[in-house]
Amino acid sequence: MGAEIGHFALILALLLAIAQAGFGALGHRRLDPALMAAANVSAIAQAGFVALAFGLLMQAFAVHDFSVALVASHSHSLQPFAYRLAATWGNHEGSMLLWVLILSGFSAMVAAGGKTMRPGFHSLVVAVLGLLAIAFLAFLLFTSNPFARLFPAPLEGSELNPLLQDPGLVFHPPLLYVGYVGFSVAFAFATAALIEGRVDAAWARWVRPWILAAWVALTLGITLGSFWAYYELGWGGWWFWDPVENAALLPWLLGTALLHSALVLEKRGALISWTILLAILTFSMSMVGTFLVRSGVLTSVHAFAVDPERGIFILMLIAVSTGGALALFGWRAPTMRSGAMFSAISRESALTLNNLFLMAATLVVFLGTFWPLVIDLVTGNKISVGPPYYNRIFAPMMIPFLALVPFGPMLRWKSDEWRAVASRLKAPLLLAGLVLLAAAAASFATFGWRGLGAALGFALAVWLVAGSFALLLRRWRSESGLSARLVRTTPLSTWGMVAGHAGIGVMVAGITAMAVFATSEVVALAPGENASISGRTVTLQSAGVVQGPNYQALQARFLIEHNGKPRTLVSERRLYPASGNTTTEAGIAASISGITYIAIGDETNGRLAVHLYRHPLVGWIWVGALIVAFGGALALADRRFRAGLPAISAAPRVALPA
Amino acid sequence: MKRAVFLAPLGLLLLLLLAFAMGLGRDPKELPSALVGQPLPAFALDALEPGSAPLASAALAKDGEPKLINVFASWCTSCRAEHGKLVQLAAEGVPIYGIDWKDEPAAGRAYLAERSNPFRAVGSDPSGRAGVELGVTGTPETFLIDGKGVVRMRHAGPIDEQVWQTKLGPMLEQLRAEARA
Amino acid sequence: MKHRLVFAALLLATAAGAVEPGEQLADPALETRARAISTELRCVQCQNQTIDESNAPLARDLRVIVRERLLAGDSDEEVVAFVQARYGDFVLLKPPFSAETAILWIGPFAVLALAGYWLARRPRSAAAAEPQPLTAEDEAQVDAALGHVRKD
Repeated sequence: MGAEIGHFALILALLLAIAQAGFGALGHRRLDPALMAAANVSAIAQAGFVALAFGLLMQAFAVHDFSVALVASHSHSLQPFAYRLAATWGNHEGSMLLWVLILSGFSAMVAAGGKTMRPGFHSLVVAVLGLLAIAFLAFLLFTSNPFARLFPAPLEGSELNPLLQDPGLVFHPPLLYVGYVGFSVAFAFATAALIEGRVDAAWARWVRPWILAAWVALTLGITLGSFWAYYELGWGGWWFWDPVENAALLPWLLGTALLHSALVLEKRGALISWTILLAILTFSMSMVGTFLVRSGVLTSVHAFAVDPERGIFILMLIAVSTGGALALFGWRAPTMRSGAMFSAISRESALTLNNLFLMAATLVVFLGTFWPLVIDLVTGNKISVGPPYYNRIFAPMMIPFLALVPFGPMLRWKSDEWRAVASRLKAPLLLAGLVLLAAAAASFATFGWRGLGAALGFALAVWLVAGSFALLLRRWRSESGLSARLVRTTPLSTWGMVAGHAGIGVMVAGITAMAVFATSEVVALAPGENASISGRTVTLQSAGVVQGPNYQALQARFLIEHNGKPRTLVSERRLYPASGNTTTEAGIAASISGITYIAIGDETNGRLAVHLYRHPLVGWIWVGALIVAFGGALALADRRFRAGLPAISAAPRVALPA
Repeated sequence: MKRAVFLAPLGLLLLLLLAFAMGLGRDPKELPSALVGQPLPAFALDALEPGSAPLASAALAKDGEPKLINVFASWCTSCRAEHGKLVQLAAEGVPIYGIDWKDEPAAGRAYLAERSNPFRAVGSDPSGRAGVELGVTGTPETFLIDGKGVVRMRHAGPIDEQVWQTKLGPMLEQLRAEARA
Repeated sequence: MKHRLVFAALLLATAAGAVEPGEQLADPALETRARAISTELRCVQCQNQTIDESNAPLARDLRVIVRERLLAGDSDEEVVAFVQARYGDFVLLKPPFSAETAILWIGPFAVLALAGYWLARRPRSAAAAEPQPLTAEDEAQVDAALGHVRKD
């Protein structure tokens, strides 16, 4: 029964989405509070029905209802409970249902909130979100029904891909989807603004929290995915430039640009059409990402059910939604008020430059991902674009960009002086310069040019962290030294911005260390034998077969000794008999200075193939990314932000640079 | 002019969607061969059956006759699927030479003994090195060689009636016409 | 294409560290070069991996061949050319510069330069940068919003 109710709930949700779009549009036109309320109620009820459907699908997974085809093909009775639940979204249909659930959730939140927004505009936003919900619910119901039954029901299901049976599956897809789908709100705001032909600071004020929320979730989702791939795939890499990773990076880069341009729009009323365009593109790129993974157009290490028919549906969906929005943009944007002017040395300029670099970076990833497809279609030639390309193009673009980051927040709006800005950043500049010289002197002798690269990277990291904190110090300093009152009254959004930028610095340190100092060894060890990596002695203590809940594992225990301090580590290769798949569970010994990573391979003649990696500071990459996301969350928690207050303050506080 | 700038994103989107739509039906894993138009690379393989003549590219290139070289293995299930078609083609007089790729020679012999052998000669390539020379990415894979010993076509995947009628058959006819001329 | 899909599934499953102990060269300098070359060559049998990462049999063969060529005295470029001649441009994870790929190498920088140029010469005047006066509707909104905050 559950599956039928779930299916029916989705059909009701589709009808409610139609009502949401219809009432919303009418409510906007007639400014009729009753119609507007009807649109809001439809949105909230729609979310309720989608949640019901999702809950029922989860329940079917929980109780092994193998008569539901999706359960039968992604769940085995021996699969642990948590992974049975997470299997709900570890497949195409279920993940699309999750996508729709998040879309409805955002839609309901927009409908329920927005009390400070102009009612007509709010209604229009709700209507656009309703249109999106119609499209995705129709996609779900017509091409990917998660509740299809199987008759006769099999006695046993086939297992979820063991690579996915990992805590990563529990959090990574939901966070990623909250990010992807969260940008739908910005998309709806942009489309509604184009329909109205009116964008102002208030618009930016309303939309920024939604952008920020989506961006924080996307940042966390990508970070988690990176860490998951690191320990699960067993190659010891944190980013592979795989098309599916790029599909998540593209909306992140655009979303980051959007976050900054919306700030300019909010504070200064400039970059109007640009911000609208970014809002449309960011969500569109999220949809392209979804399409990419499920259409089979590009090859990726990510295993997803590939179905060209669904691909066509998603293509049509993008054509209508993005195409419609961009057509509106082409029609309306030229007539919209162009923004306020600003001088070349100003906060606005810095943020525009930020957008420029992020767009160029987006272009790198976009071309790298899609250009091979274009060449193939036009000439029939197959080319590959992989890490060696991105490393050569993306890094040179990022270094000058990141070097400019600390200047941005130090600049005044409208107009500023180079010299004044430089003097505000004197201390961090000096510090970074010293780090550069010291690190270069220390590492050039040993590592040559690579050492210089490392020195540059570490100096950049110090510059980003110190430059960001310099802002706080500047803010806190009064005539009588550091003022506790000024510390206390520092807005959360300022803290958030400082954390966001400093977190990037922490990431840069980790990335630099990984790129220059990571080492690896491949050895064959019998129990009792040892090998060394980066001054650490690694001894294989024992190797044997252990039994897990739904797998058997070849488990190897290692002893790592460094400076007399011993540490043990377990590395496994698992065989899942239900599907015949094997996975690698790399052993990881982490500390603040880095990770010793051990993956085991095949056994030959009593010796185990052992892959040893030493990854200095690699953890800083993920910790840095978490700090970035935390910064976003801090800014989101800022009360001024949540109030949805239009950004027109009476008296500008000129003295404060923040 | 100003409007054109604002409409550019829409134009780019439509182009992108067109590219995606065209890309939907195709198999991104299908690779063109770097060998097409090149002379058959040099390899010399021991015969799969001890005592038979070895399979050397020099000899294959010399006899002036267009031919197929089929790369197969006993562990490859798709090869079983196409085997019947190969036997039929051989009976029709198509010269087919086989390379038993990355396979135990004994297993390859047993595989052919269980079925009729469509090959004029079979070379054994247990290390897969001849396969690398040919740019083989998987089994089955079939190369069409013209009378001068130049690789003219490669087909990756099993040969069935449709592949033969639309792709390999017409090319073989063309190569035969060239050889007669 | 079925055989390829089967391969793909196997690969994904056993992706753990691909280079095997026996494959390595005794000379550390040569081995380092071999590893570096391997990370720039794409495995033709897999989804999207380098031959250094992949456990596919063919990737292993290519790793061995890369090392043989190095032992035979080939330069890095010659080794890459050897593989490229047999498997085509597809194996190069760094696409060679050509008319087809020029946009990959130049495009992003060209856009950056053009947009930077546009930004540098756009009209700017501090005088023009005065905020626009509030409309009556804006004022009403401010009042409404402030009222809302006060209620909090």
